[in-house]
Amino acid sequence: MAAVQGGLVDAVEEKDIKTEPSSDGIGNNNANDGGPLSASPSSSASAGSNKSSAGAPEDQQTLLAVLQFLKKNKLTESVDILRREAGLPEDSLDLKGGDSSGLLSCHHHLVLNAHLTETFSPTAAGEDQPDVNVVLSAYSQQGDPKLYPVYYSGLKRFIESVLDCHRAELSQVFYPLFVHMYLELVYNNYESEAKAFFEKYTGDQECYYEDDLRILSSLSKREHMRGNETLLDFRTSKFVLRISRDSYQLLKRHLQERQNNQIWNIIQEHLYIDIFDGMPRSKSQIDAMSGSLAGEGKREANKAKVYYGLLKEPEIELPLDDEDEEAENEEGKPKKKKPKKDSMGSKSKKQDPHAPSQTRIPLPELKDSDKLDKIMYMKEATKRIRLGPDNLPSICFYSFLNAYQGLTAVDFTDDSSLIAGGFADSTVRVWSVTPKKLRKVKSAADLNLIDKESDDVLERIMDEKTASESKILYGHSGPVYGISFSPDRNYLLSSSEDGTVRLWSLQTFTCLVGYKGHNYPVWDTHFSPHGYYFISGGHDRVARLWATDHYQPLRMFSGHLADITCTRFHPNSNYVATGSSDRTIRLWDVLNGNCVRIFTGHKGPIHALAFSPNGKFLASGATDGRVLLWDIGNGMMFGELKGHTDSIYSLRFSRDGEILASGSMDNTVRLWDALKAFDDLETDDFTAATGHVHLQDNSQELLLGTYVSKSTPVIHLHFTRRNLLLAAGSYNP
Amino acid sequence: MADRDERRFAEVSRESVKLMAESAGAELGDDVAALLAEDVCYRLREATQSSSQFMRHAKRRKLTVEDFNRALRWSNVEAVCGYGAQDALPFRPAKEGELFFIEDRDINLVELALATNIPKGCAETMVRVNVSYLDGKGNLEPQGTVPSAVQSLSDDLLKYYQQITRAILGEDPHLMKVALLDLQSNSKIAALLPYFVYVISGVKSVSHDLEQLNRLLHMVKSLVQNPYLYLGSYVRSLVSSVMYCILEPLAASINPLNDHWTLRDYAALLLTGLYHQILLSLQKVLSDPVRPLCSHYGAVVGSTLWGGRCAVERVLFPHLPAYWANLQAVLDDYSVSNAQVKADGHKVYGAILVAVERLLKMKALSQPADGGSSGQPGSAVGVVGYRVSSPGLSPPPEPLSEAALGIASHLQAGGAGCPWEEWTPVPLPAMYCELYSFFGDSLAVRFSTGPGFGSYPPCPPSQLGDARKEPCGPASNPDTARKMPQLTANLNISPRQDGSPRTDPPPPSLASTGPGRSLARSSSSSSSSSSVQRSKSSLSRSGQRPAGPSRDVFPKARFTSPQTGLPTTFAPTPPVPAVPPRAYAHKLPVIGRVGKPVRRWACSHYSLHLPL
Repeated sequence: MAAVQGGLVDAVEEKDIKTEPSSDGIGNNNANDGGPLSASPSSSASAGSNKSSAGAPEDQQTLLAVLQFLKKNKLTESVDILRREAGLPEDSLDLKGGDSSGLLSCHHHLVLNAHLTETFSPTAAGEDQPDVNVVLSAYSQQGDPKLYPVYYSGLKRFIESVLDCHRAELSQVFYPLFVHMYLELVYNNYESEAKAFFEKYTGDQECYYEDDLRILSSLSKREHMRGNETLLDFRTSKFVLRISRDSYQLLKRHLQERQNNQIWNIIQEHLYIDIFDGMPRSKSQIDAMSGSLAGEGKREANKAKVYYGLLKEPEIELPLDDEDEEAENEEGKPKKKKPKKDSMGSKSKKQDPHAPSQTRIPLPELKDSDKLDKIMYMKEATKRIRLGPDNLPSICFYSFLNAYQGLTAVDFTDDSSLIAGGFADSTVRVWSVTPKKLRKVKSAADLNLIDKESDDVLERIMDEKTASESKILYGHSGPVYGISFSPDRNYLLSSSEDGTVRLWSLQTFTCLVGYKGHNYPVWDTHFSPHGYYFISGGHDRVARLWATDHYQPLRMFSGHLADITCTRFHPNSNYVATGSSDRTIRLWDVLNGNCVRIFTGHKGPIHALAFSPNGKFLASGATDGRVLLWDIGNGMMFGELKGHTDSIYSLRFSRDGEILASGSMDNTVRLWDALKAFDDLETDDFTAATGHVHLQDNSQELLLGTYVSKSTPVIHLHFTRRNLLLAAGSYNP
Repeated sequence: MADRDERRFAEVSRESVKLMAESAGAELGDDVAALLAEDVCYRLREATQSSSQFMRHAKRRKLTVEDFNRALRWSNVEAVCGYGAQDALPFRPAKEGELFFIEDRDINLVELALATNIPKGCAETMVRVNVSYLDGKGNLEPQGTVPSAVQSLSDDLLKYYQQITRAILGEDPHLMKVALLDLQSNSKIAALLPYFVYVISGVKSVSHDLEQLNRLLHMVKSLVQNPYLYLGSYVRSLVSSVMYCILEPLAASINPLNDHWTLRDYAALLLTGLYHQILLSLQKVLSDPVRPLCSHYGAVVGSTLWGGRCAVERVLFPHLPAYWANLQAVLDDYSVSNAQVKADGHKVYGAILVAVERLLKMKALSQPADGGSSGQPGSAVGVVGYRVSSPGLSPPPEPLSEAALGIASHLQAGGAGCPWEEWTPVPLPAMYCELYSFFGDSLAVRFSTGPGFGSYPPCPPSQLGDARKEPCGPASNPDTARKMPQLTANLNISPRQDGSPRTDPPPPSLASTGPGRSLARSSSSSSSSSSVQRSKSSLSRSGQRPAGPSRDVFPKARFTSPQTGLPTTFAPTPPVPAVPPRAYAHKLPVIGRVGKPVRRWACSHYSLHLPL
């Protein structure tokens, strides 16, 4: 819960910072933004200090904003305390204002800006959506929009003239600049200029921004901007670019010489330039990583330590030794057995330094039935087929027939005994894949009559009359987009367009809980591999972590700039991965709610995620038809699997992680040599430090096979415990 | 500047906005309309954009009205109702001016609600599994058979199917005629047969609509008459559909104005056409030497017991010379390994004997009745008559045979192209002659002592007088003497006989009839050996002979099949389940409204046909 609170507080503070300057003093705001920024181009070329010098005023500005906020709300004591602690003088606010006026007089551009702002401020004040206006108002301070094409083409000419090695890097600037300039033009009601600008330069942009550009081009009025979430995201978040120091200095020098303050302002305000030392990156390197809505992930974002190792498997003796069976639980186990267990635990932990401690996330205790299941699992595992390039899995296809209502989601239980489908007609259907029929538990009255002492009481509680091959679960009021079985096969989760996640009992085939929190469609949900916890994500861009016995979420993971389209638990239950329409993948720490990894590189919404069984790697598939492979340890992309011709909706590693299977709308299942991809992974320090990827184009070598279904999109894949590949989809005539 | 957008997006023009406002009773200025139009366009794009999200998550490629409505609902806009139908809405031009509109017909809700034809519940959603790829390799024989069958339909075929069904079930009578004609003569539609059969099986759901029933029956007719189609196991489904029209109290017959009587007449007629089809399939089995003897036995028994005289005469008799050689070869081989086959062979032998006996008996019986007409092509009348009356052997009811006359001729004409129609009845004496050459005494014995014959005596000599001149003519004394040698000779020259079975036996001379018959009777007493005994004796005799060419003919045909790469498992039954298409239909997703796997086993069956 703490993390959630923290996150919210952060958000509030941020908002305040932004609210403050514009609503209180426009001139002040102008100065705050304009002062340091306009100063930097004129300052010397020592760009090394640039970041720190830009950082200090930012901090101060934040503090001032907080002060203002406190003052406005008459929290005088807090004001005093803060002022004392920050070491700010009594009249810092006024002083700042004085500074800014001085600055204003120095720069005639800014005077112009001030005028512009003033002309727009009355309208801004009259708006009923203050937050949005605040966000947008930043656009109102720029120079003569008519000159934007001139600025842009000037920059273009410059970038085209620089050395080849820098050109690719500097070209990254084009897209965010283009978007922001266009938005400014639109915001300032230069509709025709905006259209002309768009027309002229839209062809220069990378093709993978096509979707965003389409949205952008549809927008030509200031009023439209207000409701458009995509643009709000663009505006509120800084577009992250990674540029080598040399290239950056080149750019800066150019802008200084030209006194090109408009562009410089945009770069400072809306772009985050992540400067690194070393060789500039090549075009292909850049293209591999870019494509997301907000640029690449910052390098710092991927620096946090991730415990991607697996938890130690509980010790279960296969022979019927009751003592040992009791000993595997981390918590609440009998004291006498503790030493023994701990020694075992530490031993295995030494083997994997990357594993989190067993108790990092409290996990539910194993029930007797779970232990039996684990034993079954181990037995099955001994019969598992070793897969490899020469030993490909057999594929069984589960076709949903007569699914006219529209099949939207499928899941198998881990032991492949049940299959469930979510449908667009709001139903969830469960089928038994084995000859064993599905039975409900008897009614309460009948249960009373049962001899509870009998050995087969578990059998007796089932109502034979209800046995059937399939059961239909009614309860949702919208298409069911996500579905997930609990590992113990007692529960089923379904997430729907109606904004709820429902928990169903597979004993009674009734709905147990409706988890409400997402007020918008919930696109996906996934049970933790240890049960109890589950993750859901949807249109509201927030992923929520729930526990089955809490009706409110335990964690909220916010950070994505667009819908969360798929969610996945890490095999050790300590992390969750979310894929989004903003074309990024984020890895979140369940313990503290932090985002510990941001993976960029996809050029379309991500619809499939899969962790490798050892927890080290993540595979992601998107509508761009590509599968990307990520090393969780260093946050690097290390593989790109091209071949699919349509959206990828399912990904799954084989039980031992040798084979990656991907299923797509193009009606194929493709098998990839995951082992080879992992082996090719180069782990030299330089690469890890800079975050540069060198991808070989070896998709064809890694592709082991393409298997065509009969006009059936593959929307789910599952490896049985013996490594038989099950695929599922609905037959579309 | 607005031009660019027009190319990129749907654009609502200023005029449209004004028009809409006018229709709502508001006057708009130009500038207001322009502003509104632009905003409407933008909102439209926005909604489209967000609706695509619902499509993506529903894992579809097609954006539906429902997706769009969801997007509208989530942006707090009222959803648009009335466009949720799956079918494409007809988009029509108005006659005058460049105006296009979506046709929106009035629907009478009361009628809809009170309609008697309650649509049957949709087929249940279910999951079916098949092993698609074994060890990463494709299964050569897909076990699901479902999609493969569907996939084997080319786009052209699919289009053809849609066009034809639409034309036949549609409004335009001329189109229907053309479609039916094509269905009748198209040689490339074998793959579509199950689909059509399934469409026809829809009679049960349109029993209220006489017109549709009629059309479906016409479709049956066309299919039956198409010489390139082998109906095979689909006959059963067709028969049940036609029977439905004949026998069921159709919903349409509630209304006395409906002329369902004609329908029944027509359906009954069709049944005779189907009768031919069944015979045809029996014949196919019999003439296929690769099939095991038990299949042959079934074909023989089937034609005897089910088909009546005509069936035997048409199916069995013409093939007998060719078949006989094969059977004889089997029966002659008395190696240990052949014991089982030989036993089967005796079974077939017995069945043929019974069939032939019956044929002769019936022929003799009917000789006086339709004596003169037996040579005429219109003998399908007799077919109908016997079909109906076969259980009791009673003479056909008069009215039916009368009525059938005209219809039968029409069916005959339609069926042109079938090898079937080349058949002409063989006169009794010639037939007896030929049969006797195969069966020898055992035939005569059975013939004379058969139970059916006992009831025959009423046959007045006066009638027989001229009839008997024909039958049994050559079966005279010299013939008897020649008989035994002929059997062996027959064996030796059997290959040649295959080629022209009909011409080989010398044309029977129209000699005296009385002796022939008496001879048959007298010979009955001379030998009491059972048919088996007889064959045994003949076997032992022929076994001493060096193996003639005929000896290897049949064995080759039967036993070389594995060498030629044919799976021995082929013969028992083709993998096609003889389930009527309807039973499949609920298991399979359908193309259009129809689902049925196409197995072209009929074709493969042809290709397996080894020339003797």
